[in-house]
Amino acid sequence: MSQNRKPSFLRSPMGLASATVVGLLVVLAIIAPPLWGAQASTPNPANLLRGPSSEHPLGTDGLGRDLLLRTLVATRTTVGMALIATACGAAAGLLLGALPSVLGARAQRWFSAVINTWLAFPVLLLAMLMVILMGTGTVTAVVALALTMTPSFARLAQTLSSKVGGSEYLAAARLLGVPKGRQFTHYVLPNIAEPIIVNVTMSIGGGLLALSSLSFLGVGVQPPSYDWGRMLSEGFEQVYTTPTAVVGPAVMVILAGVSFGMLGESLASFLRERTRGRALSPAKLGPAPVTDPLELDPLQEDVLLDVKGLSVSFPGADGWVRPVQDVSFTLHRGEIVGVVGESGSGKSVTMMSVAQLAPAGAAVTAQRLNFDGTELAGMREQVAAKAIGTDIGIVFQDSLTALNPALRVGTQLAEVPRVHQGATKQEAHERAVEALDSVRIPNAAHRATLFPHEYSGGMRQRALIAMSQIGKPKLIIADEPTTALDVTVQQRVLALLRRECEDSGAAALVVSHDIAVLAELCQRILVMYAGRIVEDVDVRMLAHPEQLAHPYTRALAASLPDLDTDRTKPLATIPGEPPDLSKPVTGCGFADRCALASDRCRTEVPVLVQHRHGGQVACFHPQDGSSPEDSGAAGSETTLHEAHEEGAVA
Amino acid sequence: MSAPAVPSVQTTEVPVPRGVGHLGRWSAFFARRLLRSVVALFVIVTVAFLVLRLAGGDPVRSALGATADESVVQARREQLGLNDPLLVQFWNYLVGLFRGDLGSSLVTGRSVTELVAGRLPATLELAGLAFVVVLVIAVPVGLAFALLTQGGRRRGVETGFTSVTGFISSVPEYLFSVGLVVLFGITLKLLPVAGANHGAASYILPVLALGLGSAASLSRIARVEALNVLSEDYIRTARSKRLPAWMINFKHALPNMLTATFTIGGTLLSTMIASSVLVEQVFNWPGLGTAFVQAITTKDYGIVQGLAIVYAAIILVVNLLVDLVLAALDRRTTLLETA
Repeated sequence: MSQNRKPSFLRSPMGLASATVVGLLVVLAIIAPPLWGAQASTPNPANLLRGPSSEHPLGTDGLGRDLLLRTLVATRTTVGMALIATACGAAAGLLLGALPSVLGARAQRWFSAVINTWLAFPVLLLAMLMVILMGTGTVTAVVALALTMTPSFARLAQTLSSKVGGSEYLAAARLLGVPKGRQFTHYVLPNIAEPIIVNVTMSIGGGLLALSSLSFLGVGVQPPSYDWGRMLSEGFEQVYTTPTAVVGPAVMVILAGVSFGMLGESLASFLRERTRGRALSPAKLGPAPVTDPLELDPLQEDVLLDVKGLSVSFPGADGWVRPVQDVSFTLHRGEIVGVVGESGSGKSVTMMSVAQLAPAGAAVTAQRLNFDGTELAGMREQVAAKAIGTDIGIVFQDSLTALNPALRVGTQLAEVPRVHQGATKQEAHERAVEALDSVRIPNAAHRATLFPHEYSGGMRQRALIAMSQIGKPKLIIADEPTTALDVTVQQRVLALLRRECEDSGAAALVVSHDIAVLAELCQRILVMYAGRIVEDVDVRMLAHPEQLAHPYTRALAASLPDLDTDRTKPLATIPGEPPDLSKPVTGCGFADRCALASDRCRTEVPVLVQHRHGGQVACFHPQDGSSPEDSGAAGSETTLHEAHEEGAVA
Repeated sequence: MSAPAVPSVQTTEVPVPRGVGHLGRWSAFFARRLLRSVVALFVIVTVAFLVLRLAGGDPVRSALGATADESVVQARREQLGLNDPLLVQFWNYLVGLFRGDLGSSLVTGRSVTELVAGRLPATLELAGLAFVVVLVIAVPVGLAFALLTQGGRRRGVETGFTSVTGFISSVPEYLFSVGLVVLFGITLKLLPVAGANHGAASYILPVLALGLGSAASLSRIARVEALNVLSEDYIRTARSKRLPAWMINFKHALPNMLTATFTIGGTLLSTMIASSVLVEQVFNWPGLGTAFVQAITTKDYGIVQGLAIVYAAIILVVNLLVDLVLAALDRRTTLLETA
């Protein structure tokens, strides 16, 4: 895994630059003292405190010694001290961090309390104590720094060992009787080595800066020895006469500190990306893919929402990922339509894109996105959002994360009338309480002043419904409104949702992976698979699976239990997995799981066409229980059922 | 479809937690944190006591110098109680600490408490102002760059931001100080560079020197934190209400990013208090830091001991306060942790 990836670390400019500088510093630390050490410590009384000259590019110090050479020679002391301190700190920390695994739970708690407190003490405090014990000097500074680093390494080791120790592969190795030593070298070490290397690299940089600070204060290196910190403090004494004296060591300190830090960071980000992959930037990806233009029919009167050719793309590691492709549907006023599909089928992304709430970075394209007579396609998101105003209300999936934990529930509801209806603070609050009351939240006036975590799950979900209603929307989008709830609460929330729609005459799009939920609530069902709508059908057809046209819908309907279902048998499942949408899918997304798939299904994408059940289906082999499966037949059926009023117009 | 009757929901809800429980959990949380700090302080005090006595050689002799008369050294040892048995010394030392006696100088015999009383305000002013500057810079900058770069947009801005802040945070405070002195004090002659006798102007450079690095690193953390918050579901909820952008950013995102930013900010405050020693040294600031450097040069470890205790106590108090502020800000964490 490392052979073909290693070069890519050095290919990143930050990684290459920092690795080069660190390499040069190491070379300098090795060769500078033997080459220039003697020359750099020879005083020259004829040449005291000079500014830069051709002979002394950085000038000379108070004893006439060349500052450039001294700066170079001091590399060994400075970098060496940092390396030794980090090595000691890391070793002590790692040993200490391994300790809790052999201690009991109580001792572990004490241990982390000690580590936490110890972590709070900066290097200078420990240096103060070490100075009292050992006087000033190099050893004092190094020991103080090592002691400062110890707790952070201990905590790192503790986190890592608990992660590895609890892992399944180690448990498996133990079961297989792998010897302890081998367990450590083969299972534990490879998994903790990388984060430790990254942390050690970064610590060297921080340590170098800390040690130079100590020397600057006079705690660390004492004359006649010198490091960059010492040189800086000596140079600072003459800063009014020869300010150039601080330039050399200052540049080196910053260069070294930054390079070690950068090296650690680029190692870390390299390791992160190796395991996770990083999305390419939109600039590199080029424009998001668009769908082929469709013929657009004129808008119909009673249509609230008309969507044609909606695609959504996200930047991925290898190119655009398209979770939604070429989706078209219509929604009439007051109609309740369900959208069903397994997770990853694109149903939530479709709904959020319609509501102009796609996540940052998503590229949404559509040929028509007409909501309540306003064409939103091509509008900037902010403009479209403004045009929608409060006409779309949304009930989100997880009420705990969908409500802001830092704000009172009442405040979160009152915002809508306050911002959109020009209500005063008092009026807005009253309306929020009313809204909570209307979804049967008991003692609404008191509960409006509570925070979301003080609500129960069912109550939070009802508060969300109240929030979606408070702006009097024409369309309610409910994204998995009952998934996070237990079954009895589910029923109440569904009933509430239906009542709210009926009372206000709002239309609704209800997203669920649970076809049973939708069968109860909706008039029509859109079935999504692999980012496309594969069937658009009247909900009553679900009771007659033989009437359903798409093999996937049939399989879904078959998994729907009813009173006649034999509960002792396992429910029907569909074998196989949906396709990976980060790679281009050729042909029908369901082909690999479909018993009827032909060569055509694997090369050509079926489009939605009218079907004899009154809805639409995107399949080359539509099933309808009466006619033999034939791809050619789909075309003739289109003309037969074109005028059916229930179906969406293509 | 016909609507079924809406079922009754009034009776089966989880009871609402009332204030009493909160108060109990609060005091338990406070008591535990206080105990932890007191234990830590006791450990530091003991270590500070022991290191002075365990150090090789006679600290009084090394403080007064090799030429000092033996009778003078003995008189000073007697005066400081260094000839008593160790346990008696420790007891006296602890009793003294309770009375606010931080020990005395080995050289002059003067009280460290007086020294601290005279110099602590200057140090606290410096660190406190710098911390405010850090927060005032870091939080808006982090939020602004998070808004600019969210969803992988503007990679160039992101790289620029991380490089610049990464660089600034790698420059140690004392180099900032030296750089600012050279630039503003010596080259431009704009601002005072030594002491605190020039009114508000004398604060500018020391506060900047102490705060810039921390501001840069906290900005980076604040940006990551803001990115996390902006991708939270409740921000999408706020967007679904079509609230104006300022309301989403300041009312919905900001309070949630503060908690995590303060956590790191709290640990930064501890390091800033320690780093103030360096900044004070450069700017000749009349605080504890310059006193510490003087004590080191004169090998007056009695003063160093007292100062170590003061710095440790400040850091522990700061951490305790940060914990309490966080607990007040983020009710859920406190509840979870003390459950």
